[in-house]
Amino acid sequence: MPKGQVQEYPVVWFQGATCSGCVVSVLNSASPTVRNLLVDQVVPGRHVSLKFMPTVMAAAGEMAIEAMESAASASKGEYLLIVEGSVPTKQNGIYGAVGEKDGREVPIMEWVISLAADALAVVALGTCACYGGIFGARPNPTGCVGVSDVRAEAHVSTPVINVPGCPPHPDWFTGTVARILLGGLPSEEELDEDGRLLTFFGKLIHEHCPRRAYFDEGKFAKRFGDEGCLHELGCKGPLTYADCPIRLWNNGQNWCIGSGGPCAGCTQPEFPDLFSPFYVKVSDVDLPVIGEYWAEKERSAQE
Amino acid sequence: MKKIVIDPITRIEGHQKIEITVDDGVVKDARSSGMLFRGIELILQGRDPRDANRITQRICGVCPTAHSMASALCLDHAFGIADRIPDNGRIMRNLILGSNYLQSHILHFYHLAALDYVDVTSVADYEGTDPDLTAVKDFIERGELGPFVPRYEGDYRLSKEQNRAAVAHYLQALRVRRKTHELLSIFGGKAPHNCSIVPGGVTERPTVDKMTSFLWRVNEIRDFIDNVYIADIVMVAAVYSDHFEVGKGCGNYLSYGVFDLEATPSDLGKKKRFIKPGITDTELKLGTVDPSKITEQLKHSWYDDSFTNRHPSDGETSPRYPKSAAYSWIKSPRYDGKPYEVGPLARTLVSYAQGDPAVKEMVDGVLGELKAGPDVLFSVLGRHAARALETKLVADAMAEWVLQLKPGEPVFQEYDMPEEGAGVGMSGAPRGALGHWIRVKDGVISNYQAVVPTTWNASPRDDSDTPGPMEQAIIGTNVRDPENPFEVVRIVRSFDPCLACSVHLVTPKRRSIRKVTLL
Repeated sequence: MPKGQVQEYPVVWFQGATCSGCVVSVLNSASPTVRNLLVDQVVPGRHVSLKFMPTVMAAAGEMAIEAMESAASASKGEYLLIVEGSVPTKQNGIYGAVGEKDGREVPIMEWVISLAADALAVVALGTCACYGGIFGARPNPTGCVGVSDVRAEAHVSTPVINVPGCPPHPDWFTGTVARILLGGLPSEEELDEDGRLLTFFGKLIHEHCPRRAYFDEGKFAKRFGDEGCLHELGCKGPLTYADCPIRLWNNGQNWCIGSGGPCAGCTQPEFPDLFSPFYVKVSDVDLPVIGEYWAEKERSAQE
Repeated sequence: MKKIVIDPITRIEGHQKIEITVDDGVVKDARSSGMLFRGIELILQGRDPRDANRITQRICGVCPTAHSMASALCLDHAFGIADRIPDNGRIMRNLILGSNYLQSHILHFYHLAALDYVDVTSVADYEGTDPDLTAVKDFIERGELGPFVPRYEGDYRLSKEQNRAAVAHYLQALRVRRKTHELLSIFGGKAPHNCSIVPGGVTERPTVDKMTSFLWRVNEIRDFIDNVYIADIVMVAAVYSDHFEVGKGCGNYLSYGVFDLEATPSDLGKKKRFIKPGITDTELKLGTVDPSKITEQLKHSWYDDSFTNRHPSDGETSPRYPKSAAYSWIKSPRYDGKPYEVGPLARTLVSYAQGDPAVKEMVDGVLGELKAGPDVLFSVLGRHAARALETKLVADAMAEWVLQLKPGEPVFQEYDMPEEGAGVGMSGAPRGALGHWIRVKDGVISNYQAVVPTTWNASPRDDSDTPGPMEQAIIGTNVRDPENPFEVVRIVRSFDPCLACSVHLVTPKRRSIRKVTLL
């Protein structure tokens, strides 16, 4: 489709306190490929116009900041803001700055608030941007929090959709963006109480785990490399909502539990503090059984 | 005199600012600042030592594997099992880290650095049938050129044909890079942030199908390295040959070596490594690495001065912002009191100075093609060339290592976690020398520190006001147009900076950690 018939969908991708693992994971996207995301119509008639994305963009310095600000003002209320990383808030956000204005370093916190206020919606990409994540872990030296918390504090009402994971699976990101491009913002029924799309985060890892049969018959791995369920090695699969066991990672090659590594629960708001030590058996919890999540849903719907 | 601030430096990992003073078209002064502080080492305190292996990967999402390797070596040492890691565990660790090298180096040249040299808009009037180039042409026709424009203008020199080939390779490299992570996940579980490398070895088991799959995937990537990546480097080098004289830097080079070839104690001098440790300089004079000579200086960083110039295992740091002499969250690591460059160039020069036959043959081959001597390596293009050659060196070795795995043999060595202890893990990240140090007390981490490649390369001035390697590389450069300082960003990017890695906080002060119980 030539110019005019393709709608340019402006996107600003802002990085806060991040390790860049989220963007690196999105670069692993297989369908659509990264070429599809960058130059093709990612859904027919819609092209994602990446106005600001520090990891790939050609521009640097003031030129890059100008590109971001002019996109935000030209498409006020229309652009999608993607935030990768958490937001340092301690001491007015001095621990993280991007760019300068009038000779003053501009804190990440200021950018996120002003960019979020003018956006159509925010996609919080990765557990840091959703819930604070690793950099918000105790003692949280820089006061890192997720986008929703910053937004609430600043009385900004732009909707936030969470795409957690450390890193997030590329399909969770592209699926969420495609959902917005095809059908607008998801309704409340499509999201769970932690702001995630139920499409990807509707079931526990434990429900579809290929090692579930070992759990049911009580065969537990005692050390790494053993056959068996990884429960006693600290697996957080029974407490973690994500579709990793059926989606798999890196274009279907493998996944954490597939390689014998216990799930660390990286898509959960509890990650990492309430899920560490990572290699110690989860105790004093009633482990859920298949179907409990939906039974609970039905019960609460009836109430 | 004109002051130019470039903030943010894009197409790198993390938040970096470069400030230069230009007089009469020449850079008189340069300052490199790390602009984000996260305190990850403070977050590690009070935790189960094994968790360091998971958490330190989140220092950097581009080279998390290097942190899990350094952390595993560090914990192996602290747990007293450094010399007892089973061969399968050691080899799979190397294969996982090797995959990360391929990922990081290919990403760097094609997706971080190339847009400084390659003009995407040259595809506008393309009339051929290549599907990638046709897609780019359609994209350009629609007129919204982000993220490829705007950019610093004024020095795109490749011919139309060279540009188009390079754009096609940019897109091909996106797919190849993805495959390096698929390769990594075969034994690593997933990427980024693998879950397989643990103290004691790995969690994955080698099977014949995985080995075969790994071998042929790495062979496919080797095709790309041999026939596309290295050829592109030579092509860019021929057209931008003046960049062999730009961005020299401090002229001191440091490598801890990387990829253990047998289970050995932690002492760097006793390790048998595929890429060997050492120091060298522009005379290619060789020296051995003495880890006790490493210190971190703080005069120009936002930390308390009273703890400056300590060895990492003994470091104490607390943030001080603002601080009058300071301009960065990055500290200044020094070896024997001097700045040292780390990275693929440093590793290659150390190996070259040692007379390593494989490295010598490759380097001399490329220098022959360019009709130049080894002195051109101390430059922007030297860094790119060394990175490409190292990619080949590692990929070729991986194809041999994978066949040394023994299905059915152990992958993991058991251990008892000590109540008290200390450990060190020195290794090589794709971007250079990486060291982790741990102290364990009462069964939990009392101090953890990582001294990472970009802390060396992008460090600010030290206590004697000597600029860091990247700052030295920028000072003296000609800047043609202050509005488009492409010369400066080319130098910065040649180091492949990773700012997320370089900024962190350490403090061995014991703090009472909130007891967390699950439910």
